[in-house]
Amino acid sequence: MAKTHVTMKVNGAEVEGLVEPRTLLVHFIRENLQMTGTHIGCETTHCGACTVDIDGMSVKSCTMFAVQAEGSDITTIEGMANADGTLSALQEGFRMMHGLQCGFCTPGMIVRAHRLLKENPSPSEPEIRMGISGNICRCTGYQNIVKAIQYAAAKINGVEFREAAE
Amino acid sequence: MIPGSFSYHRPASVADAVKLLSDLGEDARPLAGGHSLVPMMKLRLATPAHLVDLHGIAALKGISRDGNNLVIGAMTTQHELLASDEVAKAMPIMHEAALLIADPQVRYRGTIGGNVANGDPGNDMPALMMTLGATYRLEGASGARDVPAADFYQGAYFTALEPGEILTSVSVPVPATGHGYAYEKLKRKVGDYATAAAAVVLTLAGGKVATCSIGLTNVHETPLLAADAAKVVIGTSLDAATLKKAAVAAEAIMAPAADARGPVEYRKHVGGIMVTRALQRAAAVAK
Repeated sequence: MAKTHVTMKVNGAEVEGLVEPRTLLVHFIRENLQMTGTHIGCETTHCGACTVDIDGMSVKSCTMFAVQAEGSDITTIEGMANADGTLSALQEGFRMMHGLQCGFCTPGMIVRAHRLLKENPSPSEPEIRMGISGNICRCTGYQNIVKAIQYAAAKINGVEFREAAE
Repeated sequence: MIPGSFSYHRPASVADAVKLLSDLGEDARPLAGGHSLVPMMKLRLATPAHLVDLHGIAALKGISRDGNNLVIGAMTTQHELLASDEVAKAMPIMHEAALLIADPQVRYRGTIGGNVANGDPGNDMPALMMTLGATYRLEGASGARDVPAADFYQGAYFTALEPGEILTSVSVPVPATGHGYAYEKLKRKVGDYATAAAAVVLTLAGGKVATCSIGLTNVHETPLLAADAAKVVIGTSLDAATLKKAAVAAEAIMAPAADARGPVEYRKHVGGIMVTRALQRAAAVAK
């Protein structure tokens, strides 16, 4: 199958590559761009480990073709840190609140939570749980992931983070 | 899991898309949100030789008011439906149902056109569209035609769409002011298709049901209108005996497949419960 030339912006940099039409966006990101933070988990559009941010949307990159991303603006986990290289509020939240165990789902969780907080800077706990319902953690659960996102929301909003009483 | 090879096309107009689909014949498939088709392609259960991506067609996007109808472009996403004040105000049941489709990532990509045109009995929007009395606009090489949602579904994945036609918009009559509504969906987990689901839109007059429409999701090879069940509740105040009769009437037309969601008897039983719950909640919402 003839390859197609694609160009897009990934984490602020213009990138290009040659892909078959059937090349999934997640494979383009991982293999052509060598950005392996975006994970392949279930491959069936369930787990959310491959979530990237495309033109203001959280998208499962295993269910979109790279050719469809032509001209789009993509942010992956590699683009989540602050401009000076320090951890963003979300990354810091996941670290401080132990929002991960094995870490496999973490890139997708952070990228998804990034868009969630852009759309709703002060989500309630149910809104956070609904907001990350497309991301599966298979280690243990979501309690600390939710706390991590609450921590980030508090930091972004400039208020003190207080853990809810158990 | 990588799909088989195909050629990719991205037309800029409906006319170009229709021309491509009729020229390429049965080996071509339109690509909307892709969240049904792409997983099927990865499993090689679908192997189209050509994909005609509809994302480049601006005319297929957006929500507008046309008299008493909301006209929703086929490429409008579930996320856009959820963000629409017009939808939330005029037909809140559509907002409620859209929120139960899959998960946020899927809703950013999944489109109303793809959801209703695919003919998957598990999709939530088709039964809702039948309940609301919606009409689909289909455009092909020989022009456009309008087909009521109630006449569109002929079997699992088998619809009134002719080869070379695409569904371009959905026209939904705005329900009466003060109507009651509910979409009750039983599913095993977030993101799942319904084990059984029921949509109800009704109006009350003097405490009794004046009009009622009931749709059923995933309890047959097509979405269903439970007309007899709706007839049972008209003129009643939805007392326990009437609710029971309505559930029985709805169960009588259900013929679900036994699958991981449960055996036939279970799925019919919970289908009846979804009808009961949706009727009760719709009546509570009605003003």
